[in-house]
Amino acid sequence: MTWVNAVVQGILLGGLYALVAAGLSLMFGVMRIVNLAHGVLAIGAAYLALEVADRLGWHPFLSLLVVVPVMAAVGYVLQRGLLDRALRGGELAPLLVTFGLAIVLQNLLLEQFSADAQRLDVGSLGTASIRVTDGLSIGWFPLLSAVVGLLVVAGLGQFLARTRTGRAMRATSDDQEAARLMGIDNRRLYAIATAIALGTVAVAGVFLGSRTTFDPGAGATTLIFAFEAVVIGGLGSLWGTLAGGVVLGVAQTVGAAIDPAYGILAGHLVFLVVLAVRPRGLLPAAVAR
Amino acid sequence: MTRVEPAARGAGQDAVPPSAGSGGVRVRRSGPAAWIGGGVLVVAVAVLAYLPYVSSRGTQIDLVGLFSLIVLGTMWNLLAGYGGMVSIGQQAWIGLGGYGLVYLAGTLGLDPFVSIPLAALACGLVAWATSYLAFRLSGGYFAIGTWVIAEVVRLLVIQVDEVGAGSGASLTAFSGIDPQYRIAYVYWVALGVAVVVVLAVYLLMRSRIGLALTAIRDEPTAAGSSGVPVTRAKRLVFVLAAVGCGLAGAVIVANTLRVQPGSIFSVDYSATMIFIVVIGGLGTIEGPIIGAVVYYLLQDGLADLGNWYLVVVGVIAIAVTLLAPKGLWGLTRGRLSVFPTGYRVGRGT
Repeated sequence: MTWVNAVVQGILLGGLYALVAAGLSLMFGVMRIVNLAHGVLAIGAAYLALEVADRLGWHPFLSLLVVVPVMAAVGYVLQRGLLDRALRGGELAPLLVTFGLAIVLQNLLLEQFSADAQRLDVGSLGTASIRVTDGLSIGWFPLLSAVVGLLVVAGLGQFLARTRTGRAMRATSDDQEAARLMGIDNRRLYAIATAIALGTVAVAGVFLGSRTTFDPGAGATTLIFAFEAVVIGGLGSLWGTLAGGVVLGVAQTVGAAIDPAYGILAGHLVFLVVLAVRPRGLLPAAVAR
Repeated sequence: MTRVEPAARGAGQDAVPPSAGSGGVRVRRSGPAAWIGGGVLVVAVAVLAYLPYVSSRGTQIDLVGLFSLIVLGTMWNLLAGYGGMVSIGQQAWIGLGGYGLVYLAGTLGLDPFVSIPLAALACGLVAWATSYLAFRLSGGYFAIGTWVIAEVVRLLVIQVDEVGAGSGASLTAFSGIDPQYRIAYVYWVALGVAVVVVLAVYLLMRSRIGLALTAIRDEPTAAGSSGVPVTRAKRLVFVLAAVGCGLAGAVIVANTLRVQPGSIFSVDYSATMIFIVVIGGLGTIEGPIIGAVVYYLLQDGLADLGNWYLVVVGVIAIAVTLLAPKGLWGLTRGRLSVFPTGYRVGRGT
């Protein structure tokens, strides 16, 4: 029963990882930017929610009403102000700029909030669970975060498939020049894509911060887990990212069930194995880009 | 001496048979700046080599830090500036180099000064093996992939009880040597490593492989179709950069006599390397040296700022990337080249 439990918890954890990874996947898909500040931005969103919760006494989920729009605005400005410029500076520039941004943000958070571990308090929801059988119970909070992850991934997929803006994004991603000839303003689209990505990052940050404690340095592992979910699932495929998140989550919880020290290492090793035997991921996009 | 733009540089290489002197045009590589700058560097190294006889131990320990920064910056520049590979996982090799020294000299009892190059070679071997995984990714995903590899290396190393597991270990192999001599020896080794690494990169970039690397960095597909062995050249760079970072890691541990997994495998090393190279000038040999000196001076000057220090350095690095992508050495606008790797067409007889 320990193993079944580990696998079930891993699947739920995988939903959360997919939620974290969705923004990274979207930004890479549309702009070919690998946002190295992704993890720190998620932690920044968690701190923002913490501030809202402290100052206004709001529940962390209610604080999303503030945190999501703020992060989306940050994304819009970030793309317009920094990343557009970086994209014109060649292949290395976006990496160097987003890495620099990650270091700056992390140290600003350290300066503002110190290195003490914090946690968002979701009240009784954090501990309540449904008991299935002996030794197997499903917590409401992990279940909720997995459902939200699923909804965000599905929502993004529908947005890209069905809306005019989403189609324009895919067109720009396939051939920027041709899309511009068709009258698409790619810079505006990029800003919208980054805003949406950071909106999902905000949700992810709040869920991450409610699940465990976090500190300004937690952005590093957040980025790494999101990246592993994306690569395991296959670049350019949102459903792949969900599958990748689940594989990573299960690897970590099963590894931790063997020995608590091996949880994260097991996740990394599964990632490396996938890289070795299926470098395009489990569910690669139909067309290699 | 002009550092010609890479495209023009390739053309220069074609024109290499230097007797292409029709119409008073001469293709040259070296120039007055190289001779004068080279001379200044030789004198500087000579002065630095003499320093242990006249300076305090604290100064020497400090300067070993500067020499490791030069090595680290030069290696990161070799990867990104010449190989086109952004890595944020070089701390894997820094840590392995440091731990390698502790294991070889401490646990196996080898001579510490022999252990330093051996540890670095081991880094190269592990890097060669992991390159087969890392090279399945490219661009930004390659960058995070190297980071994952560094994390795996760290998580594996802290399972090893012989080197203190999670709490780290002390380097006791020097205990038979008088501290004054030990500090001086480590200082000379560090200086020697810095000189050798910079010269090695210089010679590599002047060779055929250097030309191939520049072509790969600028346009990998075109380089491949022109017959450049793209993957082989990149793998060579990846392995060499690991060896260099391993040397730096071993020197750092020989200097501080202590290795701790949390700090020697810290991603801050990658941040430091990136800042050094970006601020000094990406894709030049002079840039990382200048960047390391600037970083070292800033570090001393801004030490009181605490976390703000990295905020300031990060903002500078972003600004330099966007506004002056050639860094400080770019201010010379290519008029000056102490380490000329390209050719230049000029008037001459």
